[in-house]
Amino acid sequence: MILVWVDLAGPEPDMMSLEALTFARGIGDSVEAVVVAGEDVASRLGAFGVGTVHAVSDDLLADFAPAAWAQCVVDIMDSLLPEAVLAGGSDRGNEVMAHVAAKTGLAFAANCVEVETGDDYVVTRMRWGGSLLEEARLSGATKLLTVAPHSLAPEEAPAPTDPIVNQVTPVIAEEDLRVRVTGREAPEGGVSLADARVVVGGGRGVGSAEGFRILDDLAALLGGTVGVSRAVTSLGWRPHAEQVGQTGTRIAPDLYIACGISGAIQHIVGCKAAKKILAINTDPDAPILAHADYAVIGDLHAVVPAIAEGIKRALAT
Amino acid sequence: MEVLVCVKRVPATGGRITLTQDQQSIDTKFLGFTVSPHEECAEEEAVRIVEQQGGSSTVLTLGPEVAVEQLRDAMALGVDRAIWLDGGEDEWDPEATAAAIVEAVRSEETAGRSFDAIFFGNEAADSGGYQVGIRVAHALDLPCVSGIKRLELSQGKATARREGASGGWEIFEVDLPAVFTIKEGINLPRYPSVPGRLRAKKKEVLRMEPTRRPGGLGKLRLKLPPEEEGQVQILGNGADAAPAVVEIMQQLGLVGR
Ligand SMILES: Cc1cc2nc3c(=O)[nH]c(=O)nc-3n(C[C@H](O)[C@H](O)[C@H](O)COP(=O)(O)OP(=O)(O)OC[C@H]3O[C@@H](n4cnc5c(N)ncnc54)[C@H](O)[C@@H]3O)c2cc1C
Ligand SMILES: Nc1ncnc2c1ncn2[C@@H]1O[C@H](COP(=O)(O)O)[C@@H](O)[C@H]1O
Repeated sequence: MILVWVDLAGPEPDMMSLEALTFARGIGDSVEAVVVAGEDVASRLGAFGVGTVHAVSDDLLADFAPAAWAQCVVDIMDSLLPEAVLAGGSDRGNEVMAHVAAKTGLAFAANCVEVETGDDYVVTRMRWGGSLLEEARLSGATKLLTVAPHSLAPEEAPAPTDPIVNQVTPVIAEEDLRVRVTGREAPEGGVSLADARVVVGGGRGVGSAEGFRILDDLAALLGGTVGVSRAVTSLGWRPHAEQVGQTGTRIAPDLYIACGISGAIQHIVGCKAAKKILAINTDPDAPILAHADYAVIGDLHAVVPAIAEGIKRALAT
Repeated sequence: MEVLVCVKRVPATGGRITLTQDQQSIDTKFLGFTVSPHEECAEEEAVRIVEQQGGSSTVLTLGPEVAVEQLRDAMALGVDRAIWLDGGEDEWDPEATAAAIVEAVRSEETAGRSFDAIFFGNEAADSGGYQVGIRVAHALDLPCVSGIKRLELSQGKATARREGASGGWEIFEVDLPAVFTIKEGINLPRYPSVPGRLRAKKKEVLRMEPTRRPGGLGKLRLKLPPEEEGQVQILGNGADAAPAVVEIMQQLGLVGR
């Protein structure tokens, strides 16, 4: 049996948990799920072929508490001895699984894209945010792993199930509640980088903080937002919240316009999910061109305003 | 305030990765070395805390002797002292790494230094295991707040914030001592000064020989992901290319006609 820890986005299972459920069906014949503080997700999980849903509820677990949530997974592992425990490769998925690993003394492989089962598993997992892959041996009585985000599309099971719901009332140790969310602050408004349809990216080639005005203007014209490289945040030109890449935000817009960005692997992993990439660069040999669909060779300080003018003209006619 | 920061030496890869013949590592012939941006921010955070509240900061790495370079980089930023866990040439798995760090923290305690806060990167730049900090926290029976981008410490307590999955902030309050795994963006690290570099060169690095306890995740080989096919279409040179760009935007439905 494969056990999947399902995380929620609002009242629904989150995308990466659905990916993990899809992945789990490829490993084992029977899939069960554990969900903390999730009401009414059983039928949705049934569509993904889950046989039993272990629904943990307790007022103390109403908001995120990584060690306590992990203990809920460990308790179910202790009674059911699954072959493997999976979660989505989200920040929370990786965090909860690392707590499960630390509590049980088992090995844990984060962000796997492929698994060969056996006494030991051979997993293929992401390094460098996905720029490099590693084949690794994963051993232990129960294999713990997360599924790399978007390494497969979530797919419902050919035959949906009507899951048995096992209500679980956990026993929670005080020490597992030392870390839990005790407050929240709402997001600021505006177009979020992760969800924007158009991102206008600026790199070191923009030259200065003031140089970004033309990028801001272009983004505003397109109803998009500005994203930047790490060179730009390190220089203090723009805030880190705008950084795209391995240690910044992963974006997936319809169009990413990379201006004055060389295309280091750590930047590319953050923008490769864009449907189309347009590079504007003075250097025809810049690595970004190998990842781009379109390119303009030239000085962004001339090209970007000309594009903005062209858009205004197109909108006026 | 006594703060420990754990960092890992990694190659500063750029536009592409080349592997060694045996597929065991990245070919670093033409590369410099660094630590993860998350860890650089952890160093900066430690230095700021000690500047504001007194005490001392310590940087620790497990790795080959050349990794002492990353310890000196940290001391050039203002970290007070450094510990090198001599791990030899090959990479240690996450469980072995965590055990070695726990052993070092305990030996520091025996020597009379106990840490109020232990900082890690949220994940290592190269292996991205997402676990060493959490494993260390459990072994030392300390609380661990992961992925934080804001931290306030005062009078034995910490308030940490991290970004929620759908934006906004999640707030955590914990008693010290505690473990924190840090994300880039918590601060903007300073550039090391020349006097800072000179001072760092002269500082002593404490060497320890950790016990190696291999865990259950063993690297077999590295491989490059399949290349995305597709050819770039050059739309033109300079401002003259603008009409072609606008046309593409119209085709993509991003600009109304
Ligand atoms: C562990 C790790 C994590 C990292 N994480 C990230 C990350 O999350 N995000 C990220 O972006 N980077 C990250 N980096 C840094 C990354 O390796 C690069 O250093 C960085 O992306 C380079 O930024 P850049 O392309 O803006 O600058 P450069 O590499 O300096 O490139 C500037 C480009 O601008 C072009 N140019 C110059 N002038 C003009 C002009 N007038 N008009 C048009 N083009 C011009 C140049 O030809 C060049 O291609 C990370 C590095 C490490 C080691
Ligand atoms: N060899 C090492 N030496 C010191 N710290 C390490 C080492 N490997 C990992 N770490 C720390 O643990 C964090 C998480 O690593 P990982 O779990 O491997 O992603 C890193 O960001 C570092 O802070």
